[in-house]
Amino acid sequence: MGSTGLLAFTPRGIWCEQADVYIDPWRPVDRAIITHAHSDHARRGSRYYLASPITKALMHARLGEDLLIDTLQHGQSVTINGVKFSLHPAGHIPGSMQVRVEYQGEVWVATGDHKRHLDGISDAFEPVRCHTIITECTFGLPIYRWKEPDVIFNEMNGWWRDNAANGICSVISAYSLGKAQRVMMGVDRSIGPILVHGAVANMNTVLQDCGLELPPWEHITKDTPKERFRNALVITPGSALDTSWTNRMKPFSTAMASGWMQLRGWRRRGNIDKGFVLSDHADWDALLLAVKESGAERVIATHGYTDLFSQYLRSVGYDATAESTEFAGEAGADVQDGTRSVDPPGRPETPAP
Amino acid sequence: MNREAELFDALDSTTSTNTKVEALATYFREADDADKLWVIALLSGRRPKRPVTSTQLRQWAAEVSGIPDWLFEASYHVVGDFAETVTHIAKLEERMVKPLAEWVRYVEELKDLSEQEKAARVKAAWAGLEGMELFVFNKIITGGFRIGVSQKVMVKGLSKATGVGEDVLAHRLMGDWSPHTTTFHDLVLGANEGDDHSRPYPFYLAYGIEGPEGTAAGAGLEDLMPLGDPCDWQAEHKWDGIRGQFIVRGGQHYVWSRGEELVTDKYPELEALRKALPHGTVLDGEILAWKDGAPLPFAELQKRIGRKSVGKKLLADVPVIFMAYDLMEHLGEDIRQRPLSERRALLEDIVSNAGQPMLTLSATLPFASWEEIVAHREHAHTASIEGLMLKRLSSTYEVGRRRGDWWKWKVDPLSVDAVLTFSMQGHGRRADLYTDHTFGLWHNGELVTFAKAYSGLTDAEMLEVDAFVKKNTLERFGPVRQVVPELVFEVAFEGISASTRHKSGVAVRFPRIARWRRDKKPEDANTLDDLKGLIR
Repeated sequence: MGSTGLLAFTPRGIWCEQADVYIDPWRPVDRAIITHAHSDHARRGSRYYLASPITKALMHARLGEDLLIDTLQHGQSVTINGVKFSLHPAGHIPGSMQVRVEYQGEVWVATGDHKRHLDGISDAFEPVRCHTIITECTFGLPIYRWKEPDVIFNEMNGWWRDNAANGICSVISAYSLGKAQRVMMGVDRSIGPILVHGAVANMNTVLQDCGLELPPWEHITKDTPKERFRNALVITPGSALDTSWTNRMKPFSTAMASGWMQLRGWRRRGNIDKGFVLSDHADWDALLLAVKESGAERVIATHGYTDLFSQYLRSVGYDATAESTEFAGEAGADVQDGTRSVDPPGRPETPAP
Repeated sequence: MNREAELFDALDSTTSTNTKVEALATYFREADDADKLWVIALLSGRRPKRPVTSTQLRQWAAEVSGIPDWLFEASYHVVGDFAETVTHIAKLEERMVKPLAEWVRYVEELKDLSEQEKAARVKAAWAGLEGMELFVFNKIITGGFRIGVSQKVMVKGLSKATGVGEDVLAHRLMGDWSPHTTTFHDLVLGANEGDDHSRPYPFYLAYGIEGPEGTAAGAGLEDLMPLGDPCDWQAEHKWDGIRGQFIVRGGQHYVWSRGEELVTDKYPELEALRKALPHGTVLDGEILAWKDGAPLPFAELQKRIGRKSVGKKLLADVPVIFMAYDLMEHLGEDIRQRPLSERRALLEDIVSNAGQPMLTLSATLPFASWEEIVAHREHAHTASIEGLMLKRLSSTYEVGRRRGDWWKWKVDPLSVDAVLTFSMQGHGRRADLYTDHTFGLWHNGELVTFAKAYSGLTDAEMLEVDAFVKKNTLERFGPVRQVVPELVFEVAFEGISASTRHKSGVAVRFPRIARWRRDKKPEDANTLDDLKGLIR
């Protein structure tokens, strides 16, 4: 715990003492600013929240209508006890923001989760100048370097097209908020219908109510005719993949869209047919670019390969440290990418006697 | 090599065996013979000699990636595979296009070059390939070509493409060949089949008798009943040595291990059999360390396994014998299709005619009922006997692991409750997960390491233990983490013997996790003395 300065890491979360405001707290507090609506960043129990309009709508849908949430638009700021707070797009999912905190000329930025690639649904990541940057580093190792999304969507379309031509349903596991909509926007809709799990349908509806334009989709119900699945792309959270829910879709091919699919080990463990390396997080190069463009001298790494990423930054001259948070813990426990939840009880390889 | 990259991509992106077989068959129908031959070689564990050391490769990889050495090492431990790590880190500059066979030659030709030249060529390849092609190149240069396709699946694909039967192919692909000594035509279509005197037959492997839970645990009398009339069966001890094949052909002898390794030179005491056995004899059996009419513990045999050549002292201390249990070739004729009873009669003649002390017959056990088999198994718990083998007297000698006619029935494993003390990240599908565990037993108030094990947990448990390790790390030693001694596991093993090479003073065979003892606290775990009490 620690980091003396404008923001501190406390057992409740990242805290601005001067304003008594927490950013993405993991315990109930009086006042919280929320970067985005994923469940490890937006939690119930606090008295008052400040968030972007889309994040507010998503939080009401996911956490409850009773939450007291004020909105802050990109470009606006709010000053609390002399501390100026403003929100700047993080590019991670719809509504996701970085939090800029300024007090007596000192500027800190807490990025929340962020990414560079445009996804058609989130506002583009905006570099914000600061003295200290608190950045995630979920994929903070040089083995994680993403290809352009076009390349990945070409692969995905190829997989879907081949399946559709053979009457095989294409079932893709993608986190219901963010990844699912990104997949919908990126694929070639002429191949077949897009059918979605209820969890995805709920998020789609909220986002469309916020004014987001999504391609046509259908909510899968027990009345969905079986033949509808033959050339369809089914988008589902990973948790439904290994349940009887998919029975009616047989025959089907399974895939997962996640940054973890970069590693063969992850792909093979997932017991899925196809892995698409599509992440809502910055890759190694984008993390370094975000640090560089912020102009920060001091970097605090959270969430991911924090020790290695901060050690590397120190080796190239930054004042960098690692702080533990209760976001999604160490690499591998990435909840946003939905990977953990789908690890099925697969068959262990039997060693030869 | 884009044709092979496509193939490996296809193999990598399906969990269905049928789809893999289909992809292989398509490849074998369409690709060039020279490349096909290398695919067969690589997928059956034959690879060019490693022309560079792994230290060199690591150094060059860190150089081209422009990252510090320690960060490359850390990345490698997360990925769990060197070839893949380089694939992710290298950056494409100038594309190089060559067929697979030429890439293999590119790797082979490194051997005679200076270190600078080697570095330059390897780095050029890293800058000239990407994705699966780069991965394949790295696998060729590092060896260990394991990509989730067994030799059996490869043979199925090849059989489908060529129309040659799987068993015939499995036999043709065995032995001491390389793409330099044969052609696709000769190898697969068997044009010069009789030429290779050293070629072994594929081994017939047995499945285990299964108990009510589908595992060996708890199997008993009622699980033998489905085998039918005991009179139709032969029983032997299952010996704990090295499965081997002994060949005498053309005035030469050859010893093959089950891992398809030619180990003739490691066991010079078997040389006398070359003259004692008739030309055209192939025996299936077990290499055992044997002294004064009794087997030595496996730990003793292990001293022989690692050595290429053996000294006089070791030969005197740990002599080996060949314990024969089947005859595959008799007077040059392949007799695998004859019933076991006939093969056994011929084998008994051959062994007694040879009259050599280093060639013995695996004795058959007398029994008239399954109850007697159960009793035999209960008494089988001695050094170098792992359990029983049951073989149907009418059985032919099959290829690979088959159900039905041959069964193994191991003795129940020994086990202790031990505490998880250290953990390391795994490889392959366990990459980036802490799955390679070290276990300790109590001795004078401390936990003394007694075994390492990584298999035996369900995938869900594996993830849970991984999360525990990450949250409860006391100290890191590179890729290894010392953890809070809190979790207790039942660790099972096949055999146990005293050892001066182990800190615990005990060596155990095939340790694996039998189950997670969530009901036990660390202080409830066994002591080192408990373990030593199991040595007989």
